[in-house]
Amino acid sequence: MRLTPKQLPWLKALLHLACALPLCWLIFQVMSDNAGGDPVQFIIHYTGKGTLNALAATLCVSPLARWLKWPLLIQCRRLLGLWCFAFGVLHLLAFLSLDLLFAWSMLLSEIVKRPYLVVGASGLLILTALALTSFKAAQRKMGRRWQQLHNWVYLAAMLGPVHYFWSVKSEIIEPSIYLGAFILLLYLRRDRLMRWLSITA
Amino acid sequence: MTFSRGILTRAQWQESEAAVTPEAVFRERRALIKALGMGAVGASLPGQVHAGILDLFGDSKPKEFSTQALEYAKASGFVTDEALTPETKVIRHNNFYEFGTGKQDPAANSQGMRVDPWQLTIEGLVDKPLTLGFDDLLRRYPLEERIYRLRCVEAWSMVVPWVGFPLAALLKEARVKSGATHVAFETLFDPEQMPGQKNRLMGGGIHYPYVEGLTLAEAMNELTLMSVGLYGKTLPPQNGAPIRLVVPWKYGFKSIKSIVKIRVLAKQPPTSWNRLVPHEYGFYANVNPQVDHPRWSQASERRIGPGGLFSAERIPTRMFNGYGDYVAELYRGLDLRTHF
Repeated sequence: MRLTPKQLPWLKALLHLACALPLCWLIFQVMSDNAGGDPVQFIIHYTGKGTLNALAATLCVSPLARWLKWPLLIQCRRLLGLWCFAFGVLHLLAFLSLDLLFAWSMLLSEIVKRPYLVVGASGLLILTALALTSFKAAQRKMGRRWQQLHNWVYLAAMLGPVHYFWSVKSEIIEPSIYLGAFILLLYLRRDRLMRWLSITA
Repeated sequence: MTFSRGILTRAQWQESEAAVTPEAVFRERRALIKALGMGAVGASLPGQVHAGILDLFGDSKPKEFSTQALEYAKASGFVTDEALTPETKVIRHNNFYEFGTGKQDPAANSQGMRVDPWQLTIEGLVDKPLTLGFDDLLRRYPLEERIYRLRCVEAWSMVVPWVGFPLAALLKEARVKSGATHVAFETLFDPEQMPGQKNRLMGGGIHYPYVEGLTLAEAMNELTLMSVGLYGKTLPPQNGAPIRLVVPWKYGFKSIKSIVKIRVLAKQPPTSWNRLVPHEYGFYANVNPQVDHPRWSQASERRIGPGGLFSAERIPTRMFNGYGDYVAELYRGLDLRTHF
């Protein structure tokens, strides 16, 4: 079986649906009063994990394309990356609006003071840069620098799970699973990663 | 602000319960909103789909733990002017890792818990060790209502109408021996009933049974309450049925739930969170806006009140959760930065 250009739009639609449905589910849970007595933490955790899931899916694309020999699959990567960014923004928005209740000064002072927030914010900053330059025009204009910039996703892939791991009280098993999965995803592209690191250094 | 035993003088922060949205009105509103929302969704579905869809989203709830009405003296002395946190939020937003680490896990996983019969023992440095059965918990001491602020170490807070009796009454009956300095508490250990104790993944990696402790002076303070009820009824399991501690000037985790053992000791007992993460959770755990948790500020808190998701409030946290008049003297000469 091969992925044909004709099937690609369908696959993309399916992936959009797969990313949008969890969000609809979240909204439904909150609206129908099934997200607990105080859904704030629920929403923050849910969108945070959504960010990590979408990031993992994004990082699965190229190894999967190579393994299946489906080069067209690469064209789904931007879509997943942008969903990852969207979940990340929602995660930050939920924290700012529902937990801090728009205490902007507190948002800034907290991000500076708390190491796990520095880590999370840095990851989101990287995702923002990647999202803003994700368009074809930006890619053309930036040339080789585009790839260099987008390699920073590997750093984001470390910062995300570390932020999660660091943010929990004692329940470290789930964050550990995420951390392990991301290390595996980076291990799959170790050659490329080493090359990038040696150039950057 | 004045309060002396027996004589009640209303302080600035006190206001009558009349200012609070009555529970019945709240429930009615909620039912109305629910009916509107769910009704609209429901009406648009063909008949045979109804059961399936609603099941899928957990609307057909598992059996609920049944609470019973309590006889008690209505809140008069210890009250606050702040709006009560609605009962539905108090019983559905809980930290009780024995039933899971998610905030809604305890309500979901504890409804089958058996609390009657129950045995609470008071032992250690006492002249008269006691064993209280379920009925003793509700009838041995006169019950009174107290409306306390509850400040969680995670920087959210509630206002809760507890029903209970002072811990001091219990300790006086057991006749604490001289030389005693601390009191230790232990939660029920029953992995069959408490899935978090059986499964590390679910129980958050805490060593069970959960243990907590107070100094004897803290335990004897008039604010320290043994609570058996909430909103005029017995406690549901997620809130610590059948009996729990309430120490309103300390972070919530000190207020240990579903207690089976109280030991009077001559030394400070090890406590669960302090043992697990000592740099984050101290033994004293007094609410203190000046001492941050390593991962968040304690200077303010998010009040979980009667309103919706976007109408919550961020309010400054008060020293000793606003109960300094009653407890500050307990810590005279103690550096609360090191003894946090």
